[in-house]
Amino acid sequence: MNKKPEDIKVILATDCGSTTTKAILITLQDGEYRLVIRGEAPTTVEAPFEDVTMGALNAITEVSELANRKLIDENDRIIRPSNGDEGSDIYISTSSAGGGLQMMVAGVVRSMTAKSAENAALGAGSIVMDVIASNDKRPAHEQIERIRQLRPDMILLSGGIDGGTVSHVVELAELISAADPKPRLGIGYHLPVIFAGNIDAWESVRDILEKKVDLRLVENIRPTLEEENLKPAREMIHNLFMEHVMAQAPGYKKLMNWTDAPIMPTPGAVGVIMKRVAEEEGIQVLGVDIGGATTDIFSVFKNPTFDSSKPENEKDNPKTFFNRTVSANLGMSYSISNVFKEAGLENIMRWVPFVMDEVDLRNQVKNKMVRPTTIPQAMETLILEQAVAREALRLAFIQHRSFATTLKGVQKKRTISETFSQSVEDSLVDLMGLDILIGSGGVLSHAPNRNQAAMMMLDAFQPTGITRLAVDSIFMMPQLGVLSTIHPKAATEVFHKDCLIYLASSIVPVGTAKPGQSTGKYRIETEGGEVYEGELKIGEMKMYPLGVDESAKLVFHPTHGFDIGGGKGKEIEETIYGGTVGIILDGRGRPLYMPEDNAERVAALKKWLLTLEVYPKSAIDR
Amino acid sequence: MGHIYTPGLKVAEYTRVSKRRILPLKGEVVVGVGDIVDPQDVVARTELPGNVDQINATNLLGGDPEDLRNFLIVDLGQPIKKGDIFAQNKGFFGTGLFKTSLRMPFDGAVESVSKITGNVILRAKPIPVEVTAYLAGEVTEVVPEEGVVVESNATFIQGIFGIGGERFGEIVIVTPEQKSDLTEDLIHEDHRGKVLVCSRKVTAKAFNKAIDVGAKGIVGGGIDDRDLRGILGMDIGVAITGSEDIYTSLIVTEGFGNIPMAESTFELFKKYEGFGASINGATQIRAGVIRPEIVIAQPKPPDGFTEPVEATAGLDIGSVVRVIRVPYFGLLGEVIGLPPELCVLESGSKARVLEIRFADGREEIIPRANVETIEK
Repeated sequence: MNKKPEDIKVILATDCGSTTTKAILITLQDGEYRLVIRGEAPTTVEAPFEDVTMGALNAITEVSELANRKLIDENDRIIRPSNGDEGSDIYISTSSAGGGLQMMVAGVVRSMTAKSAENAALGAGSIVMDVIASNDKRPAHEQIERIRQLRPDMILLSGGIDGGTVSHVVELAELISAADPKPRLGIGYHLPVIFAGNIDAWESVRDILEKKVDLRLVENIRPTLEEENLKPAREMIHNLFMEHVMAQAPGYKKLMNWTDAPIMPTPGAVGVIMKRVAEEEGIQVLGVDIGGATTDIFSVFKNPTFDSSKPENEKDNPKTFFNRTVSANLGMSYSISNVFKEAGLENIMRWVPFVMDEVDLRNQVKNKMVRPTTIPQAMETLILEQAVAREALRLAFIQHRSFATTLKGVQKKRTISETFSQSVEDSLVDLMGLDILIGSGGVLSHAPNRNQAAMMMLDAFQPTGITRLAVDSIFMMPQLGVLSTIHPKAATEVFHKDCLIYLASSIVPVGTAKPGQSTGKYRIETEGGEVYEGELKIGEMKMYPLGVDESAKLVFHPTHGFDIGGGKGKEIEETIYGGTVGIILDGRGRPLYMPEDNAERVAALKKWLLTLEVYPKSAIDR
Repeated sequence: MGHIYTPGLKVAEYTRVSKRRILPLKGEVVVGVGDIVDPQDVVARTELPGNVDQINATNLLGGDPEDLRNFLIVDLGQPIKKGDIFAQNKGFFGTGLFKTSLRMPFDGAVESVSKITGNVILRAKPIPVEVTAYLAGEVTEVVPEEGVVVESNATFIQGIFGIGGERFGEIVIVTPEQKSDLTEDLIHEDHRGKVLVCSRKVTAKAFNKAIDVGAKGIVGGGIDDRDLRGILGMDIGVAITGSEDIYTSLIVTEGFGNIPMAESTFELFKKYEGFGASINGATQIRAGVIRPEIVIAQPKPPDGFTEPVEATAGLDIGSVVRVIRVPYFGLLGEVIGLPPELCVLESGSKARVLEIRFADGREEIIPRANVETIEK
């Protein structure tokens, strides 16, 4: 981009999602950048259009009409630069319309290098179709047949610590060579294979594979037994994803020619903005972007072993750890049926406060899968979709927690005994220390009332202690993420003024007890002198008003066995902040208490939903 | 005013259908431009590399991996019959006594020998692959070494979801009533090789009977998810289908549930009963969407056919649309209003809507995202 930041006064940005394309218009008003309007349209990857730019133009047209500003000329070109009431100075975009990434990984030992390769692939947002290992007990011809059958988008080959086994690694390369794998798309295009194994095997691997595949060599994923180095492999996966997978979305190449900055993948752009929030505020952040095809989770947590006496260094002494996982088949439209399949009917239905016919329910889910751009018109459908969303978020979060131990992009130390057991250590995700949970994506950002978004996040993530809940107001974090790479000031101003909507402070004591038993006593005093006090019992939820710009003093004295952040039974005193919902006291315990008896479950669910004003009484009393 | 794009499945009585028929690997194209082809005619063929086996020859023959080449008694790539010896060591202390030999497990060749691992890769004979024309039509383009483009004037009907790959058969209407489900008693031996059309729901029992009698395909209005799981033995997580190992392909035109096929679609099938149809259940609801399809070649325009006025891609007052989400799922109606402002739905969501008049005269508000046009 050649334009100087100070010359940019009008910004047009789109995010081409797998289901919907969102456009936003930002202008410089009285010295600060503010959102003017947003528009959206279905993403046009299906016949008869099959061109992602048509959805983009349509979303921009909506913005143009709503803002009364001509943005597209008669030849469907974006008018640039701005001139009076016409055009924009820059146009930027993110995209996730290319679909998912399907990978196969291989390593010498299933529980070690192959596992590390799987970690890297999953962390990069891939679906791992199969893991081939020298010790996976399948005969070579079966492994070869499997590689041929699956036709992945790319293969990540690891194996051997640096200076360790060469022959086993070469054997794996020979398997791949023998399979002569072909990519799913196109003739004459070589399948990308990333080798991230023993550096001593580079030459042999190159000899075996170079002529047959698009071979990329990166640093060893497991340079020593005790170290894991996922970043180089993960970055290469991301690059190849952009080159080979994203580019398959119809019209994507045309869109690339329109934009003033490289198109960023949506999860990448959201990650940029999440990281920025954590850095600017010095807080621990957990963010989620739930889309039609994928659910992306981002976290920024402090490094528990940060040595403040040494200079901060991303590789050796990072102050924080940033983790991102992309759950490729957990989403609300294309992947809705997969959420159902993964979570199971019972887990979905536990969030629905009435009985639904199973055949009809399953048909509804499948119909959403085959017609992904439709939206819930009836309240019953909305409640069902939000139940599915809770499970998509829950499953994606489980995946994130288990990978947040190893996806920090710096070398990870393990003791020898841990190395062999490959036990999952405590996740870096520390919910008690979490400061803010930010939700983004259609089902959270566009929930008809914000209380629904707060409840979905509480149920899915089950935060503990005191946590602020927020949503992306209109689902524009991807656009702000890409904007922040070329105009940080504009991105920051719009993020704080127009994007982030604070919902509530959630207060959740951790512990278990019988229903009706006390978790602790609380006293909340607002700046305005309002006082709320009482006892929070197991199975109870409470909600008090506290405005977006208001704060209050909380004193919580947990009963013996419950922890609110200061330790079991230890009182805490803290300033809490309000939001559109206010203050939520969640006495459902952790793990969350849900009655097993169906009638009791429905009764409890209705009570919680009504207390938090999630749905109208008429909608759940059926 | 911007265009209002809405997705729609194509249902056209007479249109030009073009299909690229491309090999998975480079090979030989066996037809030329202008050739008239039938659906089952081969248009291009190639050979996929054969299956592979790997043997650690060093372990079996002794010696070091570097010496392995000396034990080979055939050249790399040389055709060898099953049971023939391809490698042999020098015997006890090089005396030629007690030699160990390795024999080919199948007809094929030695592909490679590794000096590092001592492995020998054996490859079976290539697997021939042929691509058929799929359509009854004319070859209009040859892509050298890769395949052809076949074009045909045809009736073209897209479904919403399907399973199973390309099949060809004669259309038979098995539910004479427009509102009957396809039950197993309606399927019999005469349906072998046929494409069966039913106007409403396809049941699992009927589908399995169709497989038993050897029907090539079933086209219906809808199917219950429960029955689909029964047919496949698994739940479908994401809609990427077409490679299922089933003899009979399935296409539903409307969706999941007890939904009748759109009347106009069913009438087309009735009109062309007895005609040959190329069908493909492959569905991919992701970027580069693929919908299942039925193509009925029509050498000349149907009687009384007039060229349709170029359809606009958008939605206008007077457009006929189908609702594709509950609570009015499956109903057809005419657009009578397109209010520009956002409207609050029963769910509380705000959305752009349209006003619709159903066939029974009832008028309702529907989100624009919840309708599809039926392209004609």
